[in-house]
Amino acid sequence: MTNGEAAAHDDHDHTPTGWRRWLYSTNHKDIGTMYIAISMIAAVVGGLMSLLFRLELQDPGIQYISDFQFYNVLVTGHGFIMVFFVVMPAMIGGFGNWFVPLMIGAPDMAFPRMNNISFWLLAGAFVLLLVAAFTQGGPGTGWTVYPPLSSIDYQPGAGVDLGILSLHLAGASSVLGAINLITTIINMRAPGLTMHRMPLFVWSILVTAFLLLLAIPVLAGALTMLLTDRNFGTTFFDVAGGGDPVLWQHLFWFFGHPEVYIIILPAFGIISQVVSTFSKKPVFGYLAMAYAMIAIGFVGFIVWAHHMYTSGLSVDARAYFVSATLVIAVPTGVKIFSWLATMWGGSLEFRTPMLFAFGFIWLFVMGGVTGVALANAGMDIAFHDTYFVVAHFHYVMAIAAVYAMFSGFYYWIGKMSGRQYPRFLAKLHFWTFFIGVNVLFLPQHFLGMAGMPRRIPDYPDAYAGWNYVSSIGAYFTLMSTVLFFYIVRKTLTSGEKVADNQWGEGATTLEWKVDSPAPFHTHEDPPDMNAKQAAE
Amino acid sequence: MFKTVRLLFPALAIGALLASGQAFAAGRSEPWQMWFQPAASPVMERIMDFHDILFVMEVSIVIFVLVIMAIIIVRFNAKSNPVPSKTTHNTFLEVVWTTVPILILMAIAVPSLKLLYYTDKTQDAEMTLKVIGNQWYWSYVYPDHGNLEFDSLIIPDDELKKGQPRLLSVDNEVVLPIKTNIRLLYTSNDVIHNWAIPSLGLKLDNTPGRTNETWVNINQEGNYYGMCSELCGVNHGFMPIHVRAVSKADFEAWTKTAKVKFATKEPDENRAIRVAGTKGFGED
Repeated sequence: MTNGEAAAHDDHDHTPTGWRRWLYSTNHKDIGTMYIAISMIAAVVGGLMSLLFRLELQDPGIQYISDFQFYNVLVTGHGFIMVFFVVMPAMIGGFGNWFVPLMIGAPDMAFPRMNNISFWLLAGAFVLLLVAAFTQGGPGTGWTVYPPLSSIDYQPGAGVDLGILSLHLAGASSVLGAINLITTIINMRAPGLTMHRMPLFVWSILVTAFLLLLAIPVLAGALTMLLTDRNFGTTFFDVAGGGDPVLWQHLFWFFGHPEVYIIILPAFGIISQVVSTFSKKPVFGYLAMAYAMIAIGFVGFIVWAHHMYTSGLSVDARAYFVSATLVIAVPTGVKIFSWLATMWGGSLEFRTPMLFAFGFIWLFVMGGVTGVALANAGMDIAFHDTYFVVAHFHYVMAIAAVYAMFSGFYYWIGKMSGRQYPRFLAKLHFWTFFIGVNVLFLPQHFLGMAGMPRRIPDYPDAYAGWNYVSSIGAYFTLMSTVLFFYIVRKTLTSGEKVADNQWGEGATTLEWKVDSPAPFHTHEDPPDMNAKQAAE
Repeated sequence: MFKTVRLLFPALAIGALLASGQAFAAGRSEPWQMWFQPAASPVMERIMDFHDILFVMEVSIVIFVLVIMAIIIVRFNAKSNPVPSKTTHNTFLEVVWTTVPILILMAIAVPSLKLLYYTDKTQDAEMTLKVIGNQWYWSYVYPDHGNLEFDSLIIPDDELKKGQPRLLSVDNEVVLPIKTNIRLLYTSNDVIHNWAIPSLGLKLDNTPGRTNETWVNINQEGNYYGMCSELCGVNHGFMPIHVRAVSKADFEAWTKTAKVKFATKEPDENRAIRVAGTKGFGED
């Protein structure tokens, strides 16, 4: 969307131009675009970090990274960047900002200026994290930042402190964004668009926003305690002063487990829209789908210690967390089966967004069944801290979320830019990416079962074979990602114009009723949804 | 159970044969291994038995979903089914796909909790081994054998002797008797480490200020290897674990010689030099 085009649609309002349009932006579409842009930039940085350590792990022995603190910083940075600066900005800040107001018939977000500060706090946080990585050795703690390793005695550099401040800023950004989205969704729906008629993507963002609102403050509290432990002599996590390192693990995972649902719930929302659109059928079991997300969100808060099975929890506590964790498989099963039932009897168009939705379901089922295995504390003795866990969470959460992001990108880029993506190249992108990530992560299950620990720069020679295969998969994925950026460029520069509703009868939500590209201001008069069937 | 898996899924059988079809010489992994290392303790045996149940369940669900997706792709594409149905509800189906997973999960939970309680502790320990994590080596204490104490450090690549596996070999391995209930007490002197041996079904954090407890009973004589399994700093990947399991008689004999060998505690400055040697590990 260029300035000229946006301005052309804007006939009665002053539209800022140039850098002011972006820096001072209070427009949900522009801010959404900036979120997507920062997500793409961060994806390049975080992806290159993982490529560096895949390069090191390609063969046994130390080839490229002889500074192991730097290796650990790469591992840490990859985790932080992918979670906080790639997936969350794209899903919640990007697609959430762009399409929640469009889908509920609202003219903009409830608090447009707060929307601006949310974005710029995140941009600041990202810069701070990059600075942290190069400050006095950087944070070599893993994204879980477990003390005492993260304490001043074992990570004396200021890199950890800058990393903590970066997460504080990113957290503040997320909380403000969550407040904005909750207020918008609760109060600004078009007349007649009741909660039970909201599109599932809006439902997914609403549940996610509540998770953010409840989980981020716990992280903020824990980070502050760590910061004062490091700098002001408190001993919250220091045994010598009566503190407890395991307390950090409880606090971190009380945030960290909901965090993985914060990542995957918007993905559920996108996949529901895409599956429904390209099956030309309403979503099967709409209410069950919405309430399954609420159930996942709720249960997500009471299972945190399944990340801590080997930390010395009492056996009864572990038994509880096993039972609670297994429960999550029920609502997630409902989601999978409902997507399949939505497609069943449909008239399927295998456009690129739908291909990515199929890919998502495959990845999510693969990661889901290994998740059920990992939920068992007895079984987890064999899996904990091995590459099996790495394979599991990349399938179920990381790559699955990236699939949903690609699906959403191809689904909505016509609405956002007014242009059609190159169809053949997009399909090529899907297939190369699908092969790449499966070659990359499937062998990691084998490595984990054979006993290879995570976060090591070198490994016993027996693990060489599958590590080599995994690295080849990483290079393949890289090439596919380069192709994606070429597709983005080609779409924006020379894509053909698309119709307002490019997907036809299956696309029933409100964003397809406005022009493509969506004009600077939309839904200035709220559409009357009393007569229409919005989401059913 | 595992045999039925092989029969059901021939493709997997290739990997399974590669992984477990042949006997391994030592308690460590083999090139291209796709499965667990062979179990050498009752805990690991039970973990693998339980995993057999889980694996059948996992593969069945993945195949079930793939088959449904295949049917959808063939039958319900726009060409074969130009007019989509309008069905959006089916109470019976929805009840089924909620209750069947609940039943499957309950079927998993029962053996899972049994396994969990079995792995936890031993009530009748015949001896105790203390495992203490340090950046970046392990210290072992035998409280029942005159507090015999020694450190165990990695052997750098250029000092390996023939037959010693790289990144797994240590200067002083832990010697333990077979067919003995051994209580293991874990702690750490600095950051969190994790003393883990895959073939013995052991993995527990060494946390400073805490003593964590688990147990092991080793089935047969042999060498069992593991690696630190909690990120503990720059040389996290270079503090391996080597357990040599011997007969009870040999163990008693070893404690006698070890008491002599480790009687004079190494002077602190020597130890500092040795530990410092591992600190620069891998740096050029």
